[in-house]
Amino acid sequence: MSVITAVRDGGIIARRNFTNVRRTPGALVTGVAQPIIFVLIMAFVFGGALGGADYREFLIGGLLAQTLTFNSSFTAVYLAKDLHQGIVDRFRVLPMSRVGVVLGRTWSDLITSVISTVVLVLCGLAIGWRATTDPLTITLTFLLLLLYAFAIAWVGAVVALTARSVEVAQSLGLLWLFPVCFISGAFVSADTLPGPLRGIAEWNPVTAIATAARQGFGNTAPAQFEVAGGWPAENAALYATLCCLSIIAIFAPIAVTQYRRISRR
Amino acid sequence: MISLQSITKSFGKFQALAGVDLEVPAGTVQGLLGPNGAGKTTTVRVLTTLLEPDGGDAFIAGHSVRTEGDAARRSLGVSGQYAAVDDKLTGLENLTLVGQLYGMRRKAAKARAHELLEHFRLDGVPKGQRAGSYSGGMRRRLDLAGALVARPPVVILDEPTTGLDPRGRRDTWDAISALADDGTAVLLTTQYLEEADELADSIAVIDGGRIVAEGTPATLKAQAGGARLDMSFERPGTVPAARAALSSIGLEVSADDSALRLSATAPGRQESLRAALAALREAEIEVIEASLRQPTLDDVFLQITQKPAGVRSGQDSAEDPAVSPTEAPAEDPVPDNAAAREEVRS
Repeated sequence: MSVITAVRDGGIIARRNFTNVRRTPGALVTGVAQPIIFVLIMAFVFGGALGGADYREFLIGGLLAQTLTFNSSFTAVYLAKDLHQGIVDRFRVLPMSRVGVVLGRTWSDLITSVISTVVLVLCGLAIGWRATTDPLTITLTFLLLLLYAFAIAWVGAVVALTARSVEVAQSLGLLWLFPVCFISGAFVSADTLPGPLRGIAEWNPVTAIATAARQGFGNTAPAQFEVAGGWPAENAALYATLCCLSIIAIFAPIAVTQYRRISRR
Repeated sequence: MISLQSITKSFGKFQALAGVDLEVPAGTVQGLLGPNGAGKTTTVRVLTTLLEPDGGDAFIAGHSVRTEGDAARRSLGVSGQYAAVDDKLTGLENLTLVGQLYGMRRKAAKARAHELLEHFRLDGVPKGQRAGSYSGGMRRRLDLAGALVARPPVVILDEPTTGLDPRGRRDTWDAISALADDGTAVLLTTQYLEEADELADSIAVIDGGRIVAEGTPATLKAQAGGARLDMSFERPGTVPAARAALSSIGLEVSADDSALRLSATAPGRQESLRAALAALREAEIEVIEASLRQPTLDDVFLQITQKPAGVRSGQDSAEDPAVSPTEAPAEDPVPDNAAAREEVRS
């Protein structure tokens, strides 16, 4: 099946998915409320002890990385719903691209991620965060964040295609997010983590995205934070981009293979 | 148009299809009848490219479902027993989506969708009403319309009228007849013998993963022999004695020992009825009802599959304890139930 058909069918499915989201009351509430809740918790519950206003500046990059990672659970749940409610059976008997359904899902979930990003940026502005770099760098940084959101959605897709039911997809899709998001430099300096966790945190893609976002927006860490060193931190934007591409290169083929296998079961 | 050639499929130890051959020419309706667990749904899933067969091959308009899945799907329209419609979309949006995924341009898909909505009397709903608030019958009609969007030469309908009210069933029947008149090859699985009788040009009876009988409704009825004699009894446990009595005068009885009724051949019609009543009186068996009738496909079924007409619904298996172990209550293919069913047989 050609790439053109895959893109065309992906677009058609994405449009259908988005219509679905728009017509599901509350579907976007989580996407909007979650960033707000995390801003409040991190900025004002933990933030005071971690550096106050300085920490709030540091925080937004980490929250962007964390929120976009969490959004992959939407992909897991919605794709699992389509799979287990018969609608994918309808798609499977059509002469459409075998990639189209999953591709459409990861695209439409990008819209959710854009909304979450906007909400986070607005929250950030409200609590004193600013992007101080030039417009081009800021734009490129947002594009990197979207690339990450797209990449991580494929992980959600693999979860959905592996899970036996919607419930399993829902819990599995959330479970892995906590260690991945919190064993990272998203909220603290990676250098403060003990032993092996520190190595994991330094190379964690979430850290890379958070650091790249901070660098891209010109945000600095509170003075008392140890500055995380090492290649990933020094080349955050490059490493973050490589992470995104690697995630897509690994998880997209798995997702497509899984979809085909389900089709043949 | 549809061709199945020695299709086999196993789920673990259970053989769901044990070599199915079937040909459906253009412009005909082929009924596929069978009890639950017989292999109907597995056959449909193989034909619709959802399931790869272990052996053999099937062709949709000449395209192998194994190696030319995409070409096969292009020539295929499918409507399932569960209506696969998107609840959040309107009828128009549902059909437009399907049309686009068949490769139609958005405008053409929309025009075709309007046409089908009108044809299936779904155009009367308020604009913007979503399929989620449709009645069961409307959903089924929308699903059926989805199968016809691309005017495919082959249409496969998996129990299209299960759960429909009489009006909905009649509408669906009309639509199916019209399809065949337009030259479409239709494969129809059903649990309703009446439906197959009404619609099908040819009927295949599937049981234990094999086609056990095939022919026109008339041929199959002729196979069941002449007139039939139905009898009902008041006391449970009467059937074995009645069977013995009727067998002694040369009538062939089919019934369950635990049931309260039986059906027997009545080659001599009134003569057979009289002889039967006399034989029962002799054996001091009380009959509360006795009637003569023409054979139906139920009788064919009973004779071929050696099962009561439980194919009509799940009710019979609930009523007749003797039957329940051999009836898989759930839809096929369910390897667990099916395996249990196999064990009982062997």
